[in-house]
Amino acid sequence: MEFERPDFSLAAAEIFVAVMALVVMVTGTFLRRISRELGYALAQLTVIGAAFITVFSVDDPTVRYTFGTMYVSDWLGQVLKLFIYLSVFASLLYGRLYLIERRLEKAEYYVLMLLSMLGAMILVSANNLLVLYLGLEMMTLALYALVAFDRDNGLRSEAAIKYFVLGAISSGLLLYGMSMIYGATGSLDLGVVGQAVSLGAGDELVFKFGLAFLVAGIAFKFGVVPFHMWVADVYHGAPTPVTLLISSAPKLAAFALAVRLLVGGFFGLAETWQPMLMLLAVASIVLGNLAAIAQSNIKRMLAYSGISHMGFVLLGLLAGVTDGGHQQVFNAYSSALFYAVSYALMSLASFGMVLLLARTGFEAEHIDDFKGLNRRSPWFAAMMMLVMFSMAGIPFFLGFFAKFAVLEAVVSAGHTWLAVLAVIMSVIGAYYYLRVVKVMYFDEPMDRTALIASSETRVLLSANALTLAVAGLMPQGLMAVCGYAVLTSF
Amino acid sequence: MSAMNEMKTLYLLVPFAPLVGSIVAGLFGRWVGRRGAHTVTILGVLVSFLASIAIYFDVQAGNTFNGPLYVWGTSDGLSFQVGFLIDPLTVMMMLVVTFVSLMVHIYTIGYMADDPGYTRFFSYISLFTFSMLMLVMANNFLQLFFGWEAVGLVSYLLIGFWYTRPSAIYANLKAFLVNRVGDFGFLLGIGLVAAYAGSLDYVEVFAKAEHLAGLTETVTGWPLVTAICIALFVGAMGKSAQVPLHVWLPDSMEGPTPISALIHAATMVTAGIFMVARMSPLFELSDTALSFVLIIGATTALFMGFLGIVQNDIKRVVAYSTLSQLGYMTVALGASAYSAAVFHLMTHAFFKALLFLAAGSVIIGMHHDQDMRNMGGLRKYMPITWITALIGSLALIGTPFFSGFYSKDTIIEAVAEANVFGAGYAYFCVLAGVFVTAFYTFRMYFLVFHGKERFEKAHHGHEAHGHDEHHGLAPGEKPHESPAVVTVPLVLLAVPSVVIGYFTIEPMLYGGWFGDAIQVLAEKHPAMEKLAEEFHGPLAMALHGFTTAPFWLALAGVVFAWFCYLVRPQVPEFFARTFRPIYVLLENKYYFDRFNEVVFAGGARLLGRFLWQIGDRTIIDGAVVNGSASMVGEIAAAARTLQSGRLYHYAFAMIVGMVVLLWFIYGGH
Repeated sequence: MEFERPDFSLAAAEIFVAVMALVVMVTGTFLRRISRELGYALAQLTVIGAAFITVFSVDDPTVRYTFGTMYVSDWLGQVLKLFIYLSVFASLLYGRLYLIERRLEKAEYYVLMLLSMLGAMILVSANNLLVLYLGLEMMTLALYALVAFDRDNGLRSEAAIKYFVLGAISSGLLLYGMSMIYGATGSLDLGVVGQAVSLGAGDELVFKFGLAFLVAGIAFKFGVVPFHMWVADVYHGAPTPVTLLISSAPKLAAFALAVRLLVGGFFGLAETWQPMLMLLAVASIVLGNLAAIAQSNIKRMLAYSGISHMGFVLLGLLAGVTDGGHQQVFNAYSSALFYAVSYALMSLASFGMVLLLARTGFEAEHIDDFKGLNRRSPWFAAMMMLVMFSMAGIPFFLGFFAKFAVLEAVVSAGHTWLAVLAVIMSVIGAYYYLRVVKVMYFDEPMDRTALIASSETRVLLSANALTLAVAGLMPQGLMAVCGYAVLTSF
Repeated sequence: MSAMNEMKTLYLLVPFAPLVGSIVAGLFGRWVGRRGAHTVTILGVLVSFLASIAIYFDVQAGNTFNGPLYVWGTSDGLSFQVGFLIDPLTVMMMLVVTFVSLMVHIYTIGYMADDPGYTRFFSYISLFTFSMLMLVMANNFLQLFFGWEAVGLVSYLLIGFWYTRPSAIYANLKAFLVNRVGDFGFLLGIGLVAAYAGSLDYVEVFAKAEHLAGLTETVTGWPLVTAICIALFVGAMGKSAQVPLHVWLPDSMEGPTPISALIHAATMVTAGIFMVARMSPLFELSDTALSFVLIIGATTALFMGFLGIVQNDIKRVVAYSTLSQLGYMTVALGASAYSAAVFHLMTHAFFKALLFLAAGSVIIGMHHDQDMRNMGGLRKYMPITWITALIGSLALIGTPFFSGFYSKDTIIEAVAEANVFGAGYAYFCVLAGVFVTAFYTFRMYFLVFHGKERFEKAHHGHEAHGHDEHHGLAPGEKPHESPAVVTVPLVLLAVPSVVIGYFTIEPMLYGGWFGDAIQVLAEKHPAMEKLAEEFHGPLAMALHGFTTAPFWLALAGVVFAWFCYLVRPQVPEFFARTFRPIYVLLENKYYFDRFNEVVFAGGARLLGRFLWQIGDRTIIDGAVVNGSASMVGEIAAAARTLQSGRLYHYAFAMIVGMVVLLWFIYGGH
């Protein structure tokens, strides 16, 4: 057997992050006194460094493989990775004060953050069922630990244990599906699987059986109904910076998981997975929006809103297949990518606002805590309003274009009823976003404490929220990037 | 190419320089102070004016532009964009708007000197300039609508500028509501255009005009172009204050005088005229719409003039004169003399701004007393205001050689040549209007500047107004001439009021200066063609003007006014007594307000109460809103119960989901 030296440069960012995670761990152990500041600095440095590597290492849009064909480097992966870096960066920055105030700022936290990011990166670039699974587990294991990081707090531990047990079940489902596929094709390579599926080599029923389990695994990662039960409890229970991370980076990774498996591997069985996604999407959009109305805790509300947003992403994905599975519509995939990325940006800003309001001994996780924010800080009330408008999909904001792109794809795929339903549910959903705006502007403040935040947080959070407005006026750039990423990666 | 880009920069500079000024004065007024606010806004408008001049020369050299600057989105073939169409019509409007706006900005320094809302006012008028420029520079209906609504909004803000006065609040609400009626028609028109032409771009729509002319509206069966034109014109009726949507304009005099000059005389109210001129390729295709325009315009021109006669508030007289002059412009549109309408729009902008600012100057001199009965003999105290107001008045009544003569005479001639239905009525109205105009204008002039000084005995009954504590002259106090920031704009506006007609009539009306911007089907509507044949230069026209009926009518009006108000002041009282019913009718403005209040407002309230009790409370609130809300609430609560917090419930839900997914394997077969 011939051993070919893999092209490490294509995985340079992953290698760099892995090494840095270890560096943070070692310095954390040996330089205890300065480990916290150092850990934070190193972690941010790692994220920025990885972003540089990703931006500069891939300038040509060809799809390249390394480690045999286990690992793929393409534009889709790079774009997703950049937004994953952004999520981690924002989580670290927005959440810093929160952690310090609660004495949670330890080197281990940063190690886990980096490892989770590494897992997401591997997942995004995987072209092999095993690598995919490894990335997934690496990401989620680190997240379980992060959720439980404040281990003396019962709420956190409960959330972590729920997340862990349910995550284990979903991993089991996913692995079961993978083993089925492996049994049918004798290969873990997604390219080989894809060919086998489209040629119909092997027993179709086995493929479909495996596919159903894969979809269940994907659905869990997206947190769509009925695999959503963990979402609200974990979002609520986790420390807010971790919630912020869970609401963004893993969703992008889940998008990669779905695209790589369903579009890359199982396009031949699109007729089978399309209705599955349709059911999941409809259930999520309906239940997510309705349940969000009943929430008084803003983290839970955003959790349910996230469920409905993920339903939209699925809508975009399923609209990519028309004509009974013979045609691919890249516009639809790019609309789904655009939606996922937009959601990540909105989610960062919304949890960033929750973090901004929190202070020592106070979590600011109730909608009532936003009452009268306009009196306390007109600027950040306006920022929160931008975020809520964007999430509700009000025109001229990024969220509107994301919804518009997806719905356009859904309509051109011929599922007008889906689009109508999604619009109706979005209108219902607008209620709970606008309620936040209402309490900020029209209600009396419950407390009048001035907001405490570092200037970096203020600037970045403002920039984050303003991006939603600016990108809403000029969505073409981001849309073009998403379109290009999808077009060059298949 | 780079020349093109330079021009594009200039185009952008024109609307956005005032916008920047407005933002700075509005949002950072507290930091830049009063001086900073007026400096930055005046600079912005100055830049805009200079850029307009540069663009004027570029257009003169034959360069026009039509293209998008920013495309917001495209959906189903309809492009939503910001774009400019720069052609002679646009550039003329740009010059008028920026010049008058600049004058008004400077004048405001003096007029608003003591007002606590100083920076806010500058912010508003600059914002208004921006909106108006966006309106005239638009190359598509959407942007036109944006500008249209934006000027409406600023107008609303400015009429209610003194927001503590109940009368101002009433007036701005009224302006807002009446304009909504017009805008509804306007929006319908735009909707029809979008639906049938499949585009919002002017050039594309006009290219399809012939095709549209053959269609009928599918639901009602009306000829499509007629429906579009009338709907669009309803919008113009609101903005340009044509009967019966004129009721807001006299009340808008509640705003500060500079704004009356800028918005309610020179620019915003001309938006409707401009829009119809811009849409000439569509209006030309519908004689019905043209007749409609003609008759509405003629009615406004004459009957609003009558109302000017009985007003005692100096600003209201000028306001009714504006209504009447807008009627003249509208008549010209209906007679297919679009270029004459736009020409009158331009000359009117100068002399009406002049008259308004002069009235403002008088008001400053009288310490904010606006009642003409308390004035008289002001020419001794305010010589500059006197001379410039005289020039403005002469221009308004159409004295030969003054700018107003050229435009108004052309309109009257054009109506005489018009052949659509209603032309005879319109001709009578515009001709009679000349006498009326001359009469009320010189009534005002004589009452204010000549005769006995009545302000000595005028310290009475200010409580009647009740809103402004410091208005009216103190006993024994004399009026005084206004400061230079007030008089200089007056002089600068007086110059074009005299000469602009003489110099521009030939190129604008007969020299084909507008090119393709205004299109007339000459074989169907030959009015302007015929006038061109008879035109032998501005000098000959003015000399000939002395022998025509309008001149003698105007002269008669002036003499009559002189007789009534200087020689025999008891004459008006005699008329008022003898023709009591007519006088009462005029006093009550033909009962339009009463009618609106009783029929529309009352009817709306009645309908509202009905809908509230039956529709809203029973059906919508009871069944739909509370019903659906409680349904949503119940589902939400149910979803919350599902979220029991128990791990095994969660896991069970996943298993159920898994089973459902597995079912699809067979569902696919």
